[in-house]
Order: sequence, then structure tokens, then C-alpha cells
Amino acid sequence: MQTLKDAKVGSTVAVVKLHGEGAVKRRIMDMGLTKGTQVYIRKVAPLGDPVEVTVRGYELSLRKADAELIEVQ
Amino acid sequence: MAIKIALAGNPNCGKTTLFNALTGSNQFVGNWPGVTVEKKEGKLKGHKDVVIMDLPGIYSLSPYTLEEVVARNYLIGERPDAILNIVDGTNLERNLYLSTQLLELGIPVVMAVNMMDIVEKNGDKIDIKTLGKKLGCEVVQISALKGTGVMDAAEKAVKAAAAKKFAPVHSFHADVETALSQIEAMLGSEIPEEQKRFYAIKLFERDDKIGSQMKTVPNVESIITEAETSMDDDSESIITNERYNYISSIIGSCYTKKNKGGMTISDKIDRIVTNRILALPIFAVIMFIVYYVSVTTVGGIATDWANDGVFGDGWHLFGIGSAAAEDADGEYSDAMNAVMAFVEASGDDALIEAMDDESEEYDPEAAQAALDAFAATVSEDATADYTLEDEETLATEDVTYTGADFADGVAVVEEYGLEAPDPADYGVWIPGIPALLENVLGGTPDWLHGLIMDGIVAGVGAVLGFVPQILILFIFLAFLEGCGYMARIAFIMDRIFRKFGLSGKSFIPMLIGSGCGIPGIMASRTIESDRDRKLTIMTTTFIPCGAKLPFIAMVAGAIFNGAAWVAPSTYFMGIAAIICSGIILKKTKLFVGDPAPFVMELPAYHLPTVGSVLRSMWERGWSFIKKAGTIILLSTIVIWFMTYFGWVDGSFVMLAEDQIEYSILGRFGNLISWLFAPQGWGNWQAAVASITGLVAKENIVGTLGILYSTGDASVYQNISAAFPSMIAGYSFLAFNLLCAPCFAAMGAIKREMNSAKWFWTAVGYQCGFAYLVSMCIYQLGTAITGGGFGIFTIISVLVVIGFIYLLFRPYKESTTLKANVKVAK
Repeated sequence: MQTLKDAKVGSTVAVVKLHGEGAVKRRIMDMGLTKGTQVYIRKVAPLGDPVEVTVRGYELSLRKADAELIEVQ
Repeated sequence: MAIKIALAGNPNCGKTTLFNALTGSNQFVGNWPGVTVEKKEGKLKGHKDVVIMDLPGIYSLSPYTLEEVVARNYLIGERPDAILNIVDGTNLERNLYLSTQLLELGIPVVMAVNMMDIVEKNGDKIDIKTLGKKLGCEVVQISALKGTGVMDAAEKAVKAAAAKKFAPVHSFHADVETALSQIEAMLGSEIPEEQKRFYAIKLFERDDKIGSQMKTVPNVESIITEAETSMDDDSESIITNERYNYISSIIGSCYTKKNKGGMTISDKIDRIVTNRILALPIFAVIMFIVYYVSVTTVGGIATDWANDGVFGDGWHLFGIGSAAAEDADGEYSDAMNAVMAFVEASGDDALIEAMDDESEEYDPEAAQAALDAFAATVSEDATADYTLEDEETLATEDVTYTGADFADGVAVVEEYGLEAPDPADYGVWIPGIPALLENVLGGTPDWLHGLIMDGIVAGVGAVLGFVPQILILFIFLAFLEGCGYMARIAFIMDRIFRKFGLSGKSFIPMLIGSGCGIPGIMASRTIESDRDRKLTIMTTTFIPCGAKLPFIAMVAGAIFNGAAWVAPSTYFMGIAAIICSGIILKKTKLFVGDPAPFVMELPAYHLPTVGSVLRSMWERGWSFIKKAGTIILLSTIVIWFMTYFGWVDGSFVMLAEDQIEYSILGRFGNLISWLFAPQGWGNWQAAVASITGLVAKENIVGTLGILYSTGDASVYQNISAAFPSMIAGYSFLAFNLLCAPCFAAMGAIKREMNSAKWFWTAVGYQCGFAYLVSMCIYQLGTAITGGGFGIFTIISVLVVIGFIYLLFRPYKESTTLKANVKVAK
């Protein structure tokens, strides 16, 4: 299973499934990371975490721990 | 009856700007009952009967964050007459996600698409008419920043409110629709027809907060499970997916993007500013500028001016003459030191008395005569030893003057007529408020004079003295927030701070707090997460602020013989206190209930307008004066009363400054001093000094100076004798640095917490933490150095074990919001 956490900077991936539950999962979906959405991995913060992605035309930052909940391909 | 219009939209979509444009200065700012979420309402310009309610910026109506729950409870509970939904045109897709939820509420919606000018500049196109047709609601285009179309949008909302026209509801996947209509059928008549859809969706999502809004909750579990199996996902995800699918289906026909791959200016800025290598140096430079201007230079000068000028003796207009006055003052006191060295060495009491310029009978002419006579007897090669005392820290320095120094000194002091130079004689001098009042209060009784000068004026000074600095800091913060860099600070610093339960944005409060805790606490306003903000407020003042430095220097000098490690160690102690408190507190019941997902939008960079920066600065500064002022003023007056009144020979009288041992405060210190026996400094002087430190931390030095200036020994020697060991001294230092900050900072805590319960929790935690830490320092330090072992040593060991447990105990982040949000009806 490949997750958003492992995706390379500069690549574009598509969301397959969201794992986890409750607040974090809902928040990720509310921000537009739903099934089939294209996500471009823009960069990683200077200290290695969090990551910045482009989704639905805007910039979003999320922690690697949360990115791990997002299955991509 | 007034028409109520709720203003709803995502964060960073220009909602505040629109609200200000619609209401002007006609605003009322408060808090939603029971929570620290700001509540703003105002009257629509030109419409006395239209109230605009500014809801918190939200992305969704989920039950998981405080802001979202506040907003939806308001929308369901108070049912505004219309919703004005502001939407960022440059980020249409995600912004419409909230709109799909607002449209289901059964409240008329008017949509205002903002930032249309930027959309056009990017070469993109939004077909407003088609969008409106597809959504089934009125859509207008506006630019909140330029003020175009805003009144039109508001008037359309007023019309919609009167017409009570609800949007036809968009439909989801057939399976979902079947489930929703089944649930709708089960809802009783208590729920109005137009709201049924909203309730059905929330029930379908298994929303844990919707039940409290209904009288009877139908059991719909089997319907949900059926839909979940047929669609192979959980119900919450199904709805979210359906919403975005719906948005994608309508957006294609009304939104065209010009160039997909091109980099905008914002992208280019971001490439440099959060670059892996450059991000940290750029961050350091920006932080340095913020600190340097708002604390060290402009802010520091402004605070000194307000405290020592306006609320002190006075100041030189535009600084004209202040350098000359300082030079003269320095020259005079240097010369006077050389003179007094020989005068005091002479042992001639009559001469010493004549030269005492602090005495009420001091007569410069008589002094000059006495000095002239004495000067004739001093030979050039005589020497005299003298001890100089530093005004701020009371540190002493031994100097030897020669007869030649004395002769020069006499010449200088006589040139000044044996009177210290008056700064009013130099440049353009404007007397301070106390000096002006002094003239008016000439004949008033001592107690009234004291109450006004030392109580009220000092108290008001303590409130207003910090305002210039706060305003300067807020200009920076408003700019950093407005231009989009603040979100990047959270992005850059998150990795470090989240380990302690804090936000990356906590860096600024802590940095500013090393200068002054008050603007530091106020700076926590920029942190969105309620939990992170409260933790930051509670821990910011652990960092030694500027006012604590003289006290640290005094303890280092008096008890540690000026050891250089003492001052740096207090900063490490402060940082350690923040880290440990963060970790411990985030695991406690106080905070564990609030999930804080860090899934954050990084808004595009743009230059904020001067007006919005100034407005934000003013609102925050004013709220400090209003909300923090009372507590600061009252507590200053109470401490003044306790310091200057007491019992002498059985009668209750007003006291002089050096009679503090007879005061109420002195009695009180005696009464509570046993509390500090386990800390190694159970004497009343230390207890009293700690209390006066609450007025301002540098007062500890002054109070100890008065209490310990007895006998022939210097203040430092007396203090050193009063503390049984260096360990006790460090325990005293630790307690006063970590315990509740000064009243002004407590006022800021009260303002930012905005709840009596949280204010007392913060102050109580700080005092309790300081008490235990200082006890452990003394008890364990004494035991290790072989100084004895007792019951408190055992307690301290237990405290340390408990502390370590709290630090390392396992903990799980909550996934639901526990806080209860009520909407006043």
C-alpha cells in the first residue's frame, strides 16, 4: 500500500482510500482530499515534516503522520 | 423585528474585510458563550434594522472543531433570516464545499464571490450567472478589498430574507438519496420541512452532536448500514465524496482556468520563503526584525517613554536635550561619588549631615560652605574607599578615589550648585502625569496623595505603559497574518513545537515573551487551535522577561557571588518548564478532549491593506486596555494599600516606604512564610518581596533592598546571610521566575483566556508548578550536597516520580470534540 507520506516530492498521485477515523479523517476529506482527487506533492518543510501539497487548486499542509492515512497510487 | 444575516465562509476568504466594509465602525465584539471563539456582530451601514453576524471562518459544518460547532449551532439554533456566503473566487472548488452544506440548512442563501479582480487578472473566468442557476441561489461578484459590490450583496441578502426563498436542494448518488429520504420520513413534525434535509444528512453521517438539537432521535442505523454496504465506504466519507462530486459536476460549466502549469507570483515567493535551505535563515531574519523593532528599539523606547516619561518624571519632547541632561546627570553623580567618598571617610557627622541631599533640611548653600571648609583639609595624595551601588540591581562595587579626584569632584558639584541637575533645564521638557498631579495635590492628605499617586496613577500607568509596545507588535502580527507568512511559520516550526502540544505559531509569543510577557501573551491570538492557544498562554511567561533581569542579576550577585551561569540557567529553566508543561498538560483532562488535526491551508501571499493592518492592531490593543485594565488597576491599588498601611504601636496608620515590616503586607508575609519553609526561604521578607513582585517583577529588588538595608552590612551581604545556602537562593529565584507573572501579564492572560475558569487554571498551574519545582530544587539539592534528609525530601522524591510519570504516560489523541457548546436563545 502506497500512502501520501511515501509519495515523492514533485510527483502527482491520486487518492485511493482514506484510513483512520473521526476528526482527522473528516478534516482531510473536508479539505478536498477525497477519492480520486489528484494531489501534487509540492515540498517538505525544512525540518522534514509536515509536507505541502496542491489539491483542488490550493496549497495544503499536513503532517506525515496524517499523510500516512491517505492511500494513493 | 431586526433582520439577522449571518456571514459565513472559509478562513482567508476575505470575510473580515467584507464584514468591516458592511458594518464600518458599528460593531460589537464579544465571545460565544462559554468558549474563547470571538463573536462579532454589527449593523449594516444605512440599515438600522439589519444585523450582520460574523461567524467564525470554517471549512465545513463537521462536529469536530469548536469554530464549526459554534457556527452550526448558531445556524440551527438561532436561525438567521439569511446567510451571506462569501466565497474566494480564486479557490472556488473548496469554498463551494461549505456552500453545499449551507444550502441544505433551509435558510435563504446569497453567495458573494470575492477576489473577482484577482481571478480576472489571472486570466480565469467564472460565469456567475450559470453558477447561480446551478446552485439555485443568488450569486453576486464582489471585491471586499476594493469595496465593489459589497452593498449590493448585502441588499440582495436582505431581500432574500424577506422573500424566504430556499434553494432547491442538489441531489447526490441514487443510493444516498434513497437512504436520506427514508431518514427524512422518520423525522417527526418537530423539524420544519425545509430543515429536514440537513437533519437527515447529519443523522446519516452519524454526527455525534446533532442528537442534542433534537427532541427524539430516530434509530436510522439499519438504513445507514445498508447504504454503506452498497457504496463500500463509511457514511461520513460517502457524503463528503458526494459533495465534491457535485461541485465537480457544476464547476466544469461555469469556471475556466487559463493556464494550468504557470507559476503565480505567490508560488514564486513561496519557492524561496519555504525553501528547504533558505526557510530557516529567512525565518530567523524576520523574527529578528520583529523582536528588534517591537522589543529592543521602537517598542522598548515607546514603553520606556510611556512608563518613565508619561507615567514618570517627564520626558524631553522629541528627545531634545535628553542626551545633554543624561551627560550632566552622569557627570554630577560621578563627581558626587568622589566627594562623598571623602566626606564619609572623614567621620565628621555635622559635615555628613550637611551633605545629605536626600534630607528634608538639605540646604545647598550650607552644604557648599561645609564642603569648602572640608576641601581645604584634604591633601592631593590622600585616598578614600567608597562603595557604589547599582540603582537597578543594588549590586555594589568598591572604588578608591584619590585626593585629586576629590578636588575635581568638588569643582564639578559646586559648578552645579550642589544640586543634582534637573532634566527640565535641558531641551524641551514635558513633565509626566505624576509630576503634574503633584502640583495639584499640594495640600491633600497623605493617604489621598498616596492613593492617587502610588495606587491609581501607577496602576493606570501599568495598563497604558505597555500599550505602545503592544500596538507596535500587533502591526507586525497583523502584517504577517495578512500577507500569509504566519501560516508558513506554523509550517516551518510545527515539527519542533507539536511535540510539546504547542503550535508552530507558539514561537512568536515565546520570543516576544523574552522581552515582555504581556505582548507575548497577546501574540498568542494568532494561533487558531483552541488547545494550542491556551497551552501557549499558560506557558509563555516561564521565559524570563526583561523585568525579571534585575532580579536575576541581584540573586546572582548577592547569593552566587556574581556567577555567570545563573542568568543563562534561568532561560534553560524557562524553556524546560515550557516543554515539560506542554507535554504534561496536553495529556491532562483539561486538554485531552480537543482533537487538533494539523491539516492547514497555506493561503496565497498577498499584501494586506494599511487599513486592515491598522484596524486589527487597534482592535487588539483596545481589547487589552478594556479587558485587562480593570484587573491591573484594582490589584495595583490593593497592593499599594497593603504596603502603605499597617499597625505601629497598636494603632492603624499610614506608613512610610521603609516601614514595610509593619504593613498589612508584612503581617501577611509573616502569616504565609511557613508555606515556603520547604523551599528553604521561609522568612517573611522573601514572602513579601514575592508578593510585591506581582505588581512588577523588578519590584522584588526594591522590596528586598528596603527590607535588607539594615546595619552596616550591604544589602547583598544581608540577603546572602538570610538565605541558608545557594540552593535556597536558587529555589527563591526559580519560584519567582515561574510563578504567576505580574498583574499586567495576568490581565493579558485574563483577556486572552476570556474565561474566569481558564484564567484561574492558568495562574493556579503556574503557581503550583513554581512551588513544586522550587521545593524539589531545595530539598533534593540539599540532600545531594549532604545537607540533611527529612519528610520534605521524601515528598520531593515522590513529586519528581509523579512528574516523570505524567511526562511519559501513554496518551491517545482524541478523535471527537468533547467541549459542549451552547447557543444562548
